[in-house]
Amino acid sequence: MSDHLPESTSGEHAQVATQEPIPDPGLPAHQWRPTDVDPRAEKRAERQVAGLFGLAIVGAVGFIASYVIFKVGDHPDTIGNLGASNVMLGLCLAVTLLGMGAGMIQWARKLMGDHEIVEMRHPASSSQEDREATVSILQVGLEESGLGRRPLIRNSLLAAGGILGLLPIVMLRDLGPLPGDKLDHTIWDLDTWTPEMQAWWQTQDRTLQRVVRDVVGTPIKVTDLELGDLVNAEPEVMFAVDAETKQPIVEGTDLLVDKSKAAVILHRMLPSEIVSEQTRNWSVEGIVCYSKICTHVGCPISLNERTTHHLLCPCHQSTFDLTDSGRVLFGPAARALPQLELTVDDEGYLAAKRDFTQPVGPSFWERG
Amino acid sequence: MSLDTSKIADTNSGTAATAKKPGKAGAVAGWADDRLGLATLMRKNLRKVFPDHWSFMLGEIALWSFVILLLTGTFLTLWFTPSMSESVYEGSYSQLRGVPMSDAYASTLHISFDVRGGLLMRQMHHWSANLFIAAMFVHMMRTFLTGAFRKPRELNWVIGATLLLLGILEGFAGYSLPDDLLSGTGLRIADGLIKATPVVGSYMSFFLFGGEFPGDVLIPRLYILHVLLIPGLLLALIGAHMLLLVFHKHTQWPGPGRTEQNVVGYPMLPVYAAKAGGFFFMVFGVTALMGALLSINPVWKYGPYDPSQVTAGSQPDWYMGIAEGLLRIMPNWETHIWGHTISWNVMIPGQIAPFLLFGMVIGWPFLEQWVTGDRREHHLLQRPRNAPTRTAFMAAMVTEYGLLWAAGGNDILATHFHWSLNSITYFMRTAIFVVPPIVFYVTRRWCIGLQRADNNRVLHGYETGIIMRSPDGGYSERHLPIGEASAYTLTARQRDEIHEVDSDVDENGVVAPGTRAERIRAKLSKGMFADNVQKPTAEELEEARHHAEHTHELESGLDHPASGHEFDDHALRDADDVPLRQH
Repeated sequence: MSDHLPESTSGEHAQVATQEPIPDPGLPAHQWRPTDVDPRAEKRAERQVAGLFGLAIVGAVGFIASYVIFKVGDHPDTIGNLGASNVMLGLCLAVTLLGMGAGMIQWARKLMGDHEIVEMRHPASSSQEDREATVSILQVGLEESGLGRRPLIRNSLLAAGGILGLLPIVMLRDLGPLPGDKLDHTIWDLDTWTPEMQAWWQTQDRTLQRVVRDVVGTPIKVTDLELGDLVNAEPEVMFAVDAETKQPIVEGTDLLVDKSKAAVILHRMLPSEIVSEQTRNWSVEGIVCYSKICTHVGCPISLNERTTHHLLCPCHQSTFDLTDSGRVLFGPAARALPQLELTVDDEGYLAAKRDFTQPVGPSFWERG
Repeated sequence: MSLDTSKIADTNSGTAATAKKPGKAGAVAGWADDRLGLATLMRKNLRKVFPDHWSFMLGEIALWSFVILLLTGTFLTLWFTPSMSESVYEGSYSQLRGVPMSDAYASTLHISFDVRGGLLMRQMHHWSANLFIAAMFVHMMRTFLTGAFRKPRELNWVIGATLLLLGILEGFAGYSLPDDLLSGTGLRIADGLIKATPVVGSYMSFFLFGGEFPGDVLIPRLYILHVLLIPGLLLALIGAHMLLLVFHKHTQWPGPGRTEQNVVGYPMLPVYAAKAGGFFFMVFGVTALMGALLSINPVWKYGPYDPSQVTAGSQPDWYMGIAEGLLRIMPNWETHIWGHTISWNVMIPGQIAPFLLFGMVIGWPFLEQWVTGDRREHHLLQRPRNAPTRTAFMAAMVTEYGLLWAAGGNDILATHFHWSLNSITYFMRTAIFVVPPIVFYVTRRWCIGLQRADNNRVLHGYETGIIMRSPDGGYSERHLPIGEASAYTLTARQRDEIHEVDSDVDENGVVAPGTRAERIRAKLSKGMFADNVQKPTAEELEEARHHAEHTHELESGLDHPASGHEFDDHALRDADDVPLRQH
C-alpha cells in the first residue's frame, strides 16, 4: 500500500495507533438467506419475481388499451379533474415500470448470490515512475518543438489564439440592437409612434391620447370610477384599428413590448386625500394614473388597497402610496411609481397630457 | 447438521465457469472484441464492487431522473414549437379558443390536450426535473455530511456542484419555454435582474431578448440552451462524475472488515446491475405515478403571457425559492451617483448573495483541508456527529435556505396564516442573520453530546432497562457491553489533531513568512476540532471494562454481550432447531 492511504491500525501515527481501543474483528461470516437453504422459499421468491414481471406485462397491455379507449381534449369525462386518459395512461405506465423494477430488485435480493466481495483500493495517483517518465516526455516535447527557445513563435501564437477567442464574442454583437433611449420612452409619447400609428392619429382629429380600459379598449369618463376603484388601462393607440383592413395597428411582439412599458392603472380617491402637490396637479377629480410596472424588477402591480390607496406588487410585495406621488412605503423597490399626468379631453374622456417624465420599470445603469 | 449447504454455490454463477466452445453470442462477442478489445476493460469492471447503504441511492435518483428527463423531453420536442410568432388558438381547450398566443404556448396546449399521453409526458418531465434537482441537493448534503468530498474526491465535489447549478439553470430555461403568464412573469423578473447589472445591464438585456423585453427571439434561444447546450454539458459532466466514481471506487461506511484499503460490497454483475437497473424502473414508475395523479404547471389555467397581467400568489419552481426570498426581503437600497444608478436592492439578492451562499458550501471542503493539513486519501465515511463543526455548518446553511425559502413565499404565509406581510418580512430580515448561528451552536453541541453518548456505549455498554437495587437501597440501571462488531464500528474513526503554530519567529527573531496564515489556521483548527470528543484509548477501555467486571461480580445474569434477542425467538432455526446463525 502506498503512503497515500491512511492505515487504520498502523502508519504515520504509530503512537496513536497503539491506542486503538478495539481491533478490527474482520468481516462477519456470511449469513444464509431463507431462499438459499429452503427450496420452498426459493420457489416462492421465483414465483414472486415472475409475478411482478407478469404485472408489468398487464400494465403495458392496460397502457395500450387506455391509449385506444380514452380520448384526450377538453372534455368532461375526467377522473378527479385530471383527465381520464392522463390518469389511466400514467397508472398503467407506473404499474409496468414498478413491476419491472420491483421484480428486478426482488430477484437481486432473494435469488442472486449475496456473497460480499472484497476489492482492494489503489491510490488515485500514478506511480512515481510513471510521473517522472511523463514529465520527461513532456520535456522532450517541449524541447523538440522549441517552444521555450523560440519566444517569437510562442508569443505570436498566444496573440493569435487570443484574438481568435475574440471573434465569437464580436459575432454575438448582432444578438440584439443597442438600447439607445428606448427604455426612456413609452408609446404615451406621440413622437415615438410609427408612421402607421401617426396616419391613424390623423384620422382621429384629436390632440390628447385617451387612457382606455385594458382588454376592451373603451374610453373612460370620470364618472365611471367609484371611490377606491382601480382600473387597468392602456394608451388608446394599442387598440387602434386600420380603417381599411380592419386589422390592429399595434400587434404581436410590438404590442407586448409596448404593453410592458405603457400599462397603467387608474385609481380614484377623494381629492382631499391627496398628499403631494404633483399628485394633485396631475389628477382629475381625485383620479390618479400611475405606471403599472413595478420599479423593482418589472412585475405588473395590481393589488389595490381600496381604503388606504396603497398599491401592492404581487411578486415581491413592494407597496406604493398613490396619494403621495407613488412613494415607496414598503418592500424592495427603491423608486416611486412613475405618475402619468392626467387630464380630460373635449369629450370628457380621461386622457394623458404627455409621456411619463422618467423611465418606467426596473432600474438600469444609465437611468440616472 | 441435517442441512447440506455444500451444494450451494459460493460463486454467483449457476454453473462452473469453464471455457466452453463459443456459441452464437460468443461468436458475436469475439467479433466485437477483435475490433474493440473490450474484454480487458470488462474483465476489470464487470465484477466491480459497490458498497451498500441507503444514502448511496440519493445520487442514483438524480442520475435516473436525468435519464427520465432525456426520454420524456425527447417526446415533447416532437410537438413543441419554440416560437414566439403569434397565432389565434383553435385547439381543443375551449376556454382559450380564439385567443391570440405564441406558437410556443399553443403547442404546449396541443401537447396537453390533443396528443395522447402528451400531458402525462409533460407532467412527468416537470416532476422529474423537480426530482432531479432535489435529489442532487440531498445527494450533495449526504456527501458533505459524511466527508465523502475528502481527498481524492475534491474534483468530483466541484463537478457535482457545477451539475447542480447547471441543473437549476436548465430547470429555469425549461419552465420558461411554454410562454404562459407565469413563466413570462419569471422572465420579466430575470430581465429586471439583468438590467440591474452595473454598466452593461441594459445592453445585456437587449442582447438576450433581441431588443426590448419580451421581444420575439427569447423562446427559440432558451430552447436551444434547454435541449442541446445545457443537456450536453450535463451529460458530459455526469459522465465525468461517474468515471471518477468508478476510478476512485465508492466510499464505504467503516465496520468490521471495512477499512481504508478495501471496498466491501456486491459485485456490479449481476447484483448491482439488477439493483440499480431495478431502481431506475422504480424511479421511473414513481415519476409516472406523479405524472398521472399530481397536476403540475397547468399552463392552460394561467393563459398566454401578457406583460400587463400577473396572478397574485405567483411562485417560481421551488429551487428558485431562495433567490425569490432574497429579492423579497432585501431593503430598498439604490445609489445614484454621477448620473448612474446602482440597484443594490436587486444586485445583492439576485446576483451576489445566492452565489456567495453556494460558494461557501462549495468552498468548505477546501477550507477544512487547509485547516487540517490532511493530505491522505479518505475512503471511509464519517458519521455527521464525528465532524461536529462541519455538520453544524451544514445545518446552519440548511436553516438559511429554509428561511429564505419561507421568505420567498411571504405572501402565501401572510394570506394562509393571517399574519402581517410586513412583520414576516421584517422578521426574516433579522432571522437570516440570527437563526443560523443559533442552529450552528446547537447542532455542534448536539453532535458533541452524541459523540459522548457513543463513547459511553463503548466504555460502559448499553442501557438494559433493568433497574437494580443495591443492598443499601440505591437504584441503578444495569449496563451490558455492546457487541464487539458494534464497538469496533463506533471506534473506527480517526482522532482529530489540532494544528499548532510551532514558533512565530526564527532564531534571529525574524517573523517567519506565512506566520499570520499559520496563526489563523491554528485558530480555526482549535475552533473546529478542540471541543470534539475523541474515541477512548485502549487504556481507557481496559479500565472501563475492569470496572464493569467488578460491578458484575455483584450482579447475576448475562456474562456475555447481549444480542438483543435474548427473550424472543428471532434467530432462524432449521428443522432440527439448530439456529441458522451457527451454520
